Amino acid sequence: MTPYDPSSDVIEVIRAPGGGPVRGAYRVFGETLRGLKTTFGRIVEGPTTIQYPEEKTPVYTRFRGRHKLHRFEDTGLEKCVGCSLCAAACPADCIRVVAAENTAENRVSAGERYAAVYEINLSRCIFCGYCEVACPFDAITMGHDYEMSDYTRSDLIFTKEMLLSEAIERTPLRSEGE
Amino acid sequence: MTILGLVDFYEPWWVQIIKALVIFGVIFAILPIIIIYERKLLGRFQGRYGPNRVGPFGLMQPLAEIVKFAVKEPFRPTTSVGSLFRIAPMIAILTAIASLALIPFGNVQHIFGQRVGLYGIDVSVGPLYVFAFGGISFYGIMLGGWASGSKYSFLGAMRGAAQLISYEVSQGLALVGVIITSGTLSLTGIVHAQAGLWYFIPQFAGFMIFMTASFAETNRTPFDLSEAETELVGGYFTEYGGTAFVAYLFAEYANMIVVSGIAVTLFFGGWLLPFGIDPPGWVDPFVVLTKMMFVITFFVWVRATLPRLRYDQLMSFGWKILLPLATLNLLVTAIIVVG
Repeated sequence: MTPYDPSSDVIEVIRAPGGGPVRGAYRVFGETLRGLKTTFGRIVEGPTTIQYPEEKTPVYTRFRGRHKLHRFEDTGLEKCVGCSLCAAACPADCIRVVAAENTAENRVSAGERYAAVYEINLSRCIFCGYCEVACPFDAITMGHDYEMSDYTRSDLIFTKEMLLSEAIERTPLRSEGE
Repeated sequence: MTILGLVDFYEPWWVQIIKALVIFGVIFAILPIIIIYERKLLGRFQGRYGPNRVGPFGLMQPLAEIVKFAVKEPFRPTTSVGSLFRIAPMIAILTAIASLALIPFGNVQHIFGQRVGLYGIDVSVGPLYVFAFGGISFYGIMLGGWASGSKYSFLGAMRGAAQLISYEVSQGLALVGVIITSGTLSLTGIVHAQAGLWYFIPQFAGFMIFMTASFAETNRTPFDLSEAETELVGGYFTEYGGTAFVAYLFAEYANMIVVSGIAVTLFFGGWLLPFGIDPPGWVDPFVVLTKMMFVITFFVWVRATLPRLRYDQLMSFGWKILLPLATLNLLVTAIIVVG
């Protein structure tokens, strides 16, 4: 073990820059006054805070929020055919699809089959949007809603009915060029 | 030898008690207002709102916080020294309040047939009294930090003590200039002497030195080394919680009121107004309080602007720059007054 060398503890104190007493006085007073002016400018500007729960930052149209399932507007049939491609694409493995056959008396979707169970576990979802990309029928898209906190984990498993129903749009959308 | 200042009469004992209670009550009513004022103003300086959730415009915030602190469990570390740990915050707040008695809020008035001076007491050693209590308030910091039995508290206390001692010298010397110019140690006398010209014009250097040293005296940025959150957790009151913490907090703000009161009295003409405006006597306290608010606003402004100094910078600034400047100011003032 090497003996303790006190010289290694010496900290070089950086000396103030030179320039004589006039420059020094300027640094002390001039620069301080400049700083005071800068902070006072913030008062004149006013606060830039967004008062969040009352006032929300508008999101972009491409913002990836809570998912939405869609229906055909004319027939009212679900677009989802239960192919499970979204579940396959999901890196977080949070989508569960159980498909069932459409029958003549029970026609749910436009295709041959429909999703009898469609669940997204939003507590695992990473909002990557791969499901949206994978879907061949544009049945699932990412919405704009990001206020999804809840009290229990089971409440975060969104069922097909919840994803199909018109979400309460709580998020303002950013207009063009904003 | 006169014990009292310029007063040539004695107030009855009950007037003294009422005055003491009124000053105490008013200052303690103002303290929460100053706390919320500082936080809101600091927010504006930083481009935000500050607290605005409790009550209208967030004005109830200090009350909510006091309730929160009051219902907290009092506890102390096992390494702490119990009796001193309890006494230290009391010393801090006691000395801060004791200094308040000196600040003149107005001239002598006739109330209910009595002659009443609108100040706690007018002693013939005004600034010395303030410095004496400033010196004792150092025990509040030192004992609190030491009795906590925590390294961070102790470091903060040591820093605070060293800082207080080194800046008190310059602050005192800066005031001597005013005292020489006015020729009296009575604070009311100093205000009366400023009838023509407020002392911050002839004593501008002294004023600057006094204000700079005041930042160090009240432990505020850029000299808040003793409670440097980024290095020392919380400084000398790291281990304090609940009402003891509130005592330290209030002591700090009361010290700010005292310092701004002294600044107003000694440099901004106390209750006097410029341009020969002479309002009735009951306006005087409001004039003083308004001037004090301006000084406090400046304190907040500086807090929002300047970063904290390094410890060696603080010491070398105090001893190598401020003290020679204060001495020079005193010397020049003395030569001008005598010559």
